[in-house]
This record gives sequence, C-alpha cells and structure tokens, in this order.
Amino acid sequence: MSSETENRYGDYEPVIGIEIHAQLSTKSKMFCTASTEFGAADNENICEVDTAMPGALPVVNKRAIEFSVRTGLALGCDIRKRSVFSRKQYFYPDLPKGYQISQFDLPICEHGRVDYLLEGEKKTVSITRAHMEEDAGKSTHHGEYSLINLNRAGTPLLEIVSGPDIRSPQEAAEYARTVHKIVRYLDICDGNLEEGSFRCDCNVSVRKRGEKEFRTRVEIKNINSFRFVEKAVEYEILRQIDCYETGEKIVQETRLYDPDKNRTVAMRAKEEAHDYRYFPDPDLLPVEIEESFIEGIRSALPELPLKRAERFQQEYKIPEYDSHVLTQEKPLADYYEAVVKAAGGNAKAASNWVMTELMRELNDSKKQVQESPISAEHLGQMVALIDKGTISGKIAKTVFSEMWSSGKAPEVIVKEKGLVQITDTSAIEKAIDDVIAASPNELAAYRGGKEKLFGFFVGQVMKATRGQASPDLVNQLLKKKLAGE
Amino acid sequence: MSNSLNLDQATCSEIRDAVRGKKVSAVEVTNHFQSRVKTLDPKINAFVSINEKAEEAAKAVDEKIARGEDPGILAGIPMAVKDLLCTKGLKTTASSKMLANFIPPYSATVVKRLEAAGAVTLGKTSLDEFAMGSSNENAATGPVRNPWNPEYVPGGSSGGSAAAIAARMAPGAIGTDTGGSIRQPASFCGLFGMKPTYGRVSRYGIIAFASSLDQAGPMALSTKDCALILEAISGSCEFDSTSASIEVPKWSEILTDDVKGLRIGLPKEYFAESMDADVERVTQEAIAALKDRGAEIVEVSLPLVKHAVPVYYLVATSEASSNLARYDGMRYGHRTADAAGADLDEVYSRSRGEGFGSEVKRRIMLGTYALSSGYYDAFYQKASQVRRLIRNEFLQAFESCDVILSPVSTTPAFKVGERINDPLQMYLNDIFTTSTNLAGLPGMSVPAGYSASGLPIGVQLMGRHFDEARMFNVSLALENALGAVKARRPHVI
Repeated sequence: MSSETENRYGDYEPVIGIEIHAQLSTKSKMFCTASTEFGAADNENICEVDTAMPGALPVVNKRAIEFSVRTGLALGCDIRKRSVFSRKQYFYPDLPKGYQISQFDLPICEHGRVDYLLEGEKKTVSITRAHMEEDAGKSTHHGEYSLINLNRAGTPLLEIVSGPDIRSPQEAAEYARTVHKIVRYLDICDGNLEEGSFRCDCNVSVRKRGEKEFRTRVEIKNINSFRFVEKAVEYEILRQIDCYETGEKIVQETRLYDPDKNRTVAMRAKEEAHDYRYFPDPDLLPVEIEESFIEGIRSALPELPLKRAERFQQEYKIPEYDSHVLTQEKPLADYYEAVVKAAGGNAKAASNWVMTELMRELNDSKKQVQESPISAEHLGQMVALIDKGTISGKIAKTVFSEMWSSGKAPEVIVKEKGLVQITDTSAIEKAIDDVIAASPNELAAYRGGKEKLFGFFVGQVMKATRGQASPDLVNQLLKKKLAGE
Repeated sequence: MSNSLNLDQATCSEIRDAVRGKKVSAVEVTNHFQSRVKTLDPKINAFVSINEKAEEAAKAVDEKIARGEDPGILAGIPMAVKDLLCTKGLKTTASSKMLANFIPPYSATVVKRLEAAGAVTLGKTSLDEFAMGSSNENAATGPVRNPWNPEYVPGGSSGGSAAAIAARMAPGAIGTDTGGSIRQPASFCGLFGMKPTYGRVSRYGIIAFASSLDQAGPMALSTKDCALILEAISGSCEFDSTSASIEVPKWSEILTDDVKGLRIGLPKEYFAESMDADVERVTQEAIAALKDRGAEIVEVSLPLVKHAVPVYYLVATSEASSNLARYDGMRYGHRTADAAGADLDEVYSRSRGEGFGSEVKRRIMLGTYALSSGYYDAFYQKASQVRRLIRNEFLQAFESCDVILSPVSTTPAFKVGERINDPLQMYLNDIFTTSTNLAGLPGMSVPAGYSASGLPIGVQLMGRHFDEARMFNVSLALENALGAVKARRPHVI
C-alpha cells in the first residue's frame, strides 16, 4: 500500500471484495431457446420458460457451461466435476418463477486467482468462486404503475466472486479492468458496461490496521464504469471511516452509487433479512463435466493479457508501456503480431505504427481493430518497405492514408502513385543545385553562420522531389553542397 | 354405429382396432363418449372442461385412414386428460381458482404425443387442486363422485380421470402421480393405472407439484391399454432435462401373461400391521392367483419404508412451495380485485390467499418451513438422505425378486366428506404408494377384487427402474386370472 493511501485513511484499512456479473455471450438464454440479443422490443425475446408458464421447464445451455469452464480455467480455478443448480427464492415481479436458478453450495468454479499490475507492481486477488446463474427481468416504475420487461430474464451470467483481498479503490478498479480484459480475451462476454453485460458490485468495509476480523460490509451496486468503481469505493471508505469516527454504526446494506453526485445512497431504508431457502433445483440434473472436456477447453485457451504483454517485451523488445497497450484487447494483440510477422520482424516500428497511426484512425472512426480497412499483412508490408528503403517514413504516411481509404496493398499504392523513394544521388544533387541557385540570400545567410536555415533547404529539396527523396541522402548531400564542397 | 363393438364395454385397443379397420369412425366414437359425458357428468363431476375441437380431431383421424395414411397407435381413441397438463388453446386450471381462466399458449409433450398418435382429447378432468390430495375433494369445481357409489370419493388426485373411465365417459385417461395419484384412484375406481419410472415420460407442460416425484401415466380398462398409451407418451424430450434417453419398448406387443418362475416380492413391513379386512383378502387372493400361475412368492424387507410418508411430505411440500411461487397474479392467473392502495407484498398475499385452496396453502407453508434456514438440515436435507436410503433398499430388494406386490391403499374408497377435515389421516392413506415415487420406480394398480360393500380394490405392483415390461406381464396375469373382477360394472352403466 502506498504511503499516500495510508495517510488518506489514517488508522483505517479498507477491505474490498468484488462480485462481477459477466453476461455470457451465448446466442440463446441459460435455460431456454429464446434469444439474448440486446435491443429487441420490450418482451420480444421471451418464451414460456422466461415467463414461467405453468409446466415450463429449464434446460441448461451447454455453451454457457463451456464458457464458464473456459473462464474458470483462465482464472486458475478448480473446475467442479459435478456442480449443482439451486433455486434462490424470493418474490419480485421481474422474477417470474419466484426463484432465480443459480449455483449455491456446489458452484462450477472455485479457488482461483487473478494477477494484475498496478503502477508496475504485480498484485494478486484470490477468486473464491465463479458460478452460473440466470438474470432477472427489468422493472421500470412510473408512479402509479410499474412495467416489466422480461427480455433479460434468463440471460446467462457468470458471477465471479473475489476474496476480500483488495485494499484500495485503485486496486479495485484495476482488478475489475483486468477481469474485464480476461473475459473479453476469452470471448465469453462482450464486456459492455453500458448495456449491463459486465457489472461490478463492490463489498466494502474498513477496519483498524492490525485487526484480524472483518467489520460489517456494505455492498455497492449500480456501478457502470471502472472509473466509478474507484470513485464509489473511495467514497464508501471515507463514509464508513467517518461513521466510525463519529460513533455511528455501519449497517449491512446495499447502497447504490450515484455518479452525478459522486456518493452512495442506501437502496432501502432498512435491509430486510432475506431467507432465500436455497435448495437443489429438481428440474435440472447436476452438471457432470468430464476431464476430457476440461482438457479440451484448457488446450484451446488463449494466452492471457498479462502473460502476453510479458512475452511481447521479451520477444519483440518493445517497451513495457507498449506491451500493455497492445495487449489490451485480444484482436489488437493478434493484429500487432500479424503486422510484425508481415514486416519481417521490425517489432518496434510495427508497434509505433499500430499504436499511433492505426489506433488514432480507429478511434476517430470509432472502429474496432477487426474492422480496420488496413489488414495487418498490408501494414506489415508497409513497414517492410520502409525498412528496405523503398519508401521513406514520410511517404509511408501518405501510403498509410491511402491504404486506409482504399484498402489496397502498399506496393500497389507505391507503384500507382509513383511514390518510390528517390535514392538516385544525381537526381537529388540536381534538385539541391536548383534549390541553392534559387535561394542566394538564404545561402549567404547560412554560410554567414545561420545554420538553422539548414531545415529550410531540406524542406525545399523535399518539396522539389515531392517528398520522395530519401531524407538520409538529402541530409548528407545538402551538407556537402552548402559547405561548397 | 357398428354392432360388433359395444363402446360402453370396449377397451382403447379394441376401439383403435375398430377405427383402423373402418368398423366404426373416429367421429362416431367421439360422439358416443361426448354424449355420455353430457348425460352422466352432471352426476359425477369428472370434467372441468370439454374440448370443443374433439370432433374435428376425430375427423382428421378418419381422413387419414381414408387416405390410407398411418393414423397412429392410438387412432380415434378419446382420452380424458387430467387438467394438470397444458393443452394449447384449451383452458387448463389445475382445479384451482388461481388458474380458473388460464389458457396455455402451448401443449404438454404428453398431450402432443397423444395427439400425434391419433388420440382425441375429449376434455380435461378434475383433480385435487394442483394434484394435492387423495380424494378429489379439493377441487375448485367441487368433489368428483365415484361411479361405483356416488357417496364415495373416486380417490385422488387423478380422481376425475378415474371417474371418467369408470363411468365409461372415456375409455382411457392420463393421470399424474406424485405419491399415488394415479394408482390410488385407479384402485378406488376399479381400473388399471400406472405410474412409469421417473424420467420415462416428459414432464414438460405438466403443471409441477413436486418435480422430483411427478410422472404422468395411463389409466385404462386393461393392461394392454396401459401399455399402448404408455408407448405413445414415453421417450426422451428435449424440453425436460430429467427425461431419460432410454429405448421405449413396444410393450403392447411384447406383453405376455406368463409369470412362471417370476419372483414376486412381498415386503414384510407392508404385511406386518393389521390391515383392512377387505384389502387383506383381495391382496391375498391376488397373491394366490399369481402363485397358481407359477410365480414364486418371496418375502423381501424394506425396513425404511415406514418413514416414506414423512419423507414424502417433506420432499413434496418443499418442492411444491417453490414450484407454486410463480402463481403471483403478475403475468397470468388470479390477481386480487382488492389491490387499490395495497403495496406489492399485499397484492401478492391477497392474490395467493384468494387463489389457492386450503390444502395447497397448508402444503406451501409446510414446504416453506422445511426449506427455511435453520430447518433445512433437519427437514429437507434429512428427508433427501432418507429418500436415497429408501431407494437403495428397493434396489437391494430387487436383487431377490422381479416385481414387488403390495396393497395400493389402506382401505377401499371412503365417503365424501369423511376425511376432509383430517389431513393427517388422509396423508397416512398414502403409505403404500409414496415410496415408489421416492425411489423413482414404476408402479401400478391392478383391479383385484371388491369390498363387502361392493367397492373396487386394487393391488399394487412395483418394478425395477425402466422395467415396466415385467410389471405389465404380472398385471396381465392377474387380469386374466381374475376375470370375474373385470366383469363387474359400476352402477351408472
């Protein structure tokens, strides 16, 4: 813990655990064939199972199990060979069956860990468990009446529960970002916080430093960005410290984060004591998983972001910062590696082009890297053309923007536009002679000691050669000519 | 109408053969039973609703036959369907005020399979509300009368299905059995009624009472009819995870009454206590008949079955308390008219308070209690453990016998109103039937004789898991040996 945090909280130490609900990106729901597509009309994606018609029965979506195992393995969890769905019972209008099918005492994944970096320092959070469950519907309240939309009801979720290992708001946010990155790498969740497909509930308590026991915790819900995770947790820590300092009691409750006011507010005035009466769902057989199924998934697991960043640093000798930017998203990292390959190995140049030109264009046009009009092969070939001296870095920018708009291969563009770099010494010398002849005043000034004018001559020569002259050669030859050699 | 077939006597198989052989049309058959319902049901009260499209369905069967197409193994057989199975477009009430106006948007797998096999759904039959009861007195539409003597109950919960067949308002019916709800009414009404192995028949679309115990099965006038109907409705179903992917034998074709050398197990615990004299006599006669036909009678022991009733009432009520949570008046079903100014919890409790009958409420409360934190271990959990032990005991007993025989019920049918205020006595009546459901075994009631006052009494057969075939053979042996039993008719005929 940094000394800054220590100062901020005085004698107190925050204890934070996070429950992440990741919506599994299956086509159909957890227990029926209704679609999970976002943005359908109200109550369009429903069937007799979602609406809990009499006699309707759930059937487990096998894909959701596969996705859960994949996530469990990536989080270093033990996969239970036999896990059980239980019913969590409570009455609410957006919960049609009167119970939520979840996993209780026998979850599919347990005992994992997540490593992440915070300001260059490696941290670890334990994963207590990850279990499958179905989402509830959505209620909206309109004064006299409320409306229920069951499109979301039955959507498959994986609830990833961390141990109470997190000690600062920054750690909380970074842990959440890391899990987010991982589930996106695994392609099991689209990670869309706005649409609610990745939700973080933070359990926060504070205690005096050195205390062994945990104190009463408060659950914060409704946090829809990682920045808000940090802010909400920070607010809650300070609120609790304040309560203890003024002799107030902390009650176990659920609080909602209000980003506009940057504070948490109690969800209900008084927390009801819930007895969910969990029991194994008799409509569903226990989920039996064979070792070969687990091994099949394990062997197809992608390299995870942190490992991949470390490899990039070693294999490609790129700076740590670059390695993390490039491994943010799996498609970006895949793209980068393909560029390096096509470039014939100039990894640093590849990284520069991807991180600056490409990412800027993608951002400006709000495109994902998968939608880039420039294929990784083409970008790699362009880097190779620079390396070979066929084009200059400057020309490359023209080639790049032409590639972006036309999608053509760099060689084709270079040929069509005649952009090949001029490396013919006599041609460059001729251009220099012309420039010098046309600029007697500047020449005199330069020779009189105004060496800054060198840049002026370079510019004029490049202009005369339409930017195609090799910058190295221009520098070299121009120096000689100006010196009168 | 053909002279060769007396529809008041005919079995499903005979009707099917006559329809397929064009001796009678499916429409004629349907009309015959429809008119019987019209005449007799006001006295019996077996039907909750009548399928207005029955004749249309029968006509479709006749047309298939006319075109030379296969009309299915149940061609033209009118069936009474317990009002616990969803029928698309046809009101399905579970005999509850809660679902008094519920019209399902889909049909249960069993209903679809019946229709695909050419059966004609005649109507929906009464039951104890949500299948909770043993007398068919807990029904929103009032008690059903036993056609053998209208002062008596037909048994329950599939009392409407049983009474419909006994009064020959339908030749066959579908019931459901959670703790004896097919077998006990079959016994009380002098019918064959069978509960298949758990998983044999899809539960999809059957309004759940206790999911781990519920099974639908046939009720009919012969062993062969039960076999035939079961053939049509069995088999794995993609919408029910608990349905078994196991081959469905053609029972009606492999059926034999040869029981030579077959070992019939008598659980000594079932015969140890003093028994109703009529039940004991009839049971002993059935045992003797099987012995005469060469079956070997062996004693088996099931020491834990004495716990079957309490275990059953913990497991069944726990599951029921959860299964019935969906009836909250929000999406369908009864919602209180008195909701003005009420908060959400009040709307729930008023809707449920008004919609459910007292037996259903009693069981929801029992089950809620058994699952509550602090009681779960002692009740639900313990019951589940004993349940497993009971199942193991049966598996062990089946190492020394092939089919187990016992009474179905402690007594013949009792009078309407006699036990309705004594739920405990009513529950104890289920002593012989509940263990079959707890163990997931197939069980059936076979008509075996009559009480001194002329009420039918059945004996119960239980088989190994998925071994309905042997059970059917023993049933047929009894059916053929006890021919006089079948010859009697209830007074309404």
